[in-house]
Amino acid sequence: MTEKKQTTKTTYQLPIGPIHPALKEPVMFEFEIDGERIIDVDVQLGHVHRAIEWTGMRRNPIQIIYLAERICGICSFVHPFAFVRAVENACEIEVPERADYLRVVHGELERICSHMLWAGVAAHEVGFDSVLFLTWEMREKVLDLTEYLTGNRVTKAILTIGGIRRDITKDHIPKIKETMDYLKNNFEKLRKIYLDDKTFKLRSQDCGILTYEDALKLCAVGPTTRASGVKKDVRVDQAYAAYSDLDIDYITPDVLTGEVNGDVYDRIIVRLLEVKQSIDLIEQAIDKMPAGDLVSEPKIPKLLNYIKKTAGEGIGRDEAPRGEVIHYVKFDGEHEEPYTWKVRASTYNNILPWIPMLKGEQIADIPIVAASTDPCMSCTNRVAVVDKNKKYELDKEQLHQLSVKKTLGLMK
Amino acid sequence: MKFSMLPQVFTQMFKKPWTNKFPAKYTPDNTTKFLEDVGTGKAKIIPPVETPEGFRGKIVYDKEKCIGCKLCIKVCPTNAIEFKEKEKKIKIYLSRCCFCSQCNDVCPVKCLSMGDEFLLADVDPYSKDLIVE
Repeated sequence: MTEKKQTTKTTYQLPIGPIHPALKEPVMFEFEIDGERIIDVDVQLGHVHRAIEWTGMRRNPIQIIYLAERICGICSFVHPFAFVRAVENACEIEVPERADYLRVVHGELERICSHMLWAGVAAHEVGFDSVLFLTWEMREKVLDLTEYLTGNRVTKAILTIGGIRRDITKDHIPKIKETMDYLKNNFEKLRKIYLDDKTFKLRSQDCGILTYEDALKLCAVGPTTRASGVKKDVRVDQAYAAYSDLDIDYITPDVLTGEVNGDVYDRIIVRLLEVKQSIDLIEQAIDKMPAGDLVSEPKIPKLLNYIKKTAGEGIGRDEAPRGEVIHYVKFDGEHEEPYTWKVRASTYNNILPWIPMLKGEQIADIPIVAASTDPCMSCTNRVAVVDKNKKYELDKEQLHQLSVKKTLGLMK
Repeated sequence: MKFSMLPQVFTQMFKKPWTNKFPAKYTPDNTTKFLEDVGTGKAKIIPPVETPEGFRGKIVYDKEKCIGCKLCIKVCPTNAIEFKEKEKKIKIYLSRCCFCSQCNDVCPVKCLSMGDEFLLADVDPYSKDLIVE
């Protein structure tokens, strides 16, 4: 009897994941597929624990800064930033005002880099590769500026507990101004291509919808939740560093279009507008930056000794390009190493919203919908389609081909 | 239907690529031989893109200045620094170094600094080029 049931079953399962070295939070998806349409999604988490926190508990806080920098390949500023804020919170270390402004500049530079990288990847996912290269050409300018200001392109190594390690001097300002002008001049071109081009509209409008209620219920963070109209941004809600002195507001898609749909198109709008906002914030921060010290305690051995003697716990939050990052640190007052260190990255919150987004979409939409929350895209690298005993695999290339085919089909 | 990307694509066709073709326009068959040729003046090398000011490359160690205080060992995030008990000097394994320059900051006599050498690829992690002492 059951045998007969299986043969008449029309849906089949499509697992994605769970392990990929480049994925921050390894995740397993099980899709229930009816033909091309996704009718159900199941997400499983917690396959691999990298033990970064455990490693951190055997190192002193100065060493952890560089460990935290390597939690994410793109967010090499926000993770150590959240960590140093947690330590500053736990040990009550004051940060000089100038360091606060410099932290804003570097944080926003990273946001521009990350959002542009995302925009390029999104273009690639719908098969629009010329836009990918145009976007990344602009991103290259920002990376050059990052290298000029911090010494290296990605791993900035710029934060320290109680301040920042390198200053922005008068000599640096012309290059910053030049890059910001370049971005502003080219922003309109980018906006036109992403928001007015028919190819993007075809693939992104009414696709991967996350409603306002779902975004609230599933605790989505960052641009993913703001695209659904939820006004949530740590920079505004609990202004840290120098954000309270700067002119900043929530970016939701209704700023531009007057309505909120919560689809992929809205997520593109939010990210593009945030790039513009970041440019504005950097300019404000450069103009308003006061003179002063860079670190509250320049002698590192003295600082470490102070942390060793302090017992306490602290939380550091900040708005990463993908959403809110939280680090929790506890010191026991006897050891230099933290007693506990807990990290919650933003993608963790943005995983569950994939379920309402993906339901009812097609297999070819998985890349763009999954990419729209800006996770590490590697999760779509390997998809195995299991149909009873027959098993065949779709690798990233094939999945990408499917997506490109869909774009071409829609254009006809 | 509007193809907003088309004009851009056409202008791009007449532009030169940004890529700096280091060390030569076409990859040499034998890199060692190519470098020998460069040494004797037979071949020309295309220089790499200049590193910016404040670039963190291979560590430069001033052995005479070092007082053996071990502070750099204490803060090194990757445990790349070894202490030589007899001489009271340090040995840095660059294959482990993450180029954060934290040891430069903590050094009380400033005997460490970041150089601008970045061509550090090697098959042997303990090769002479990758150990600073």
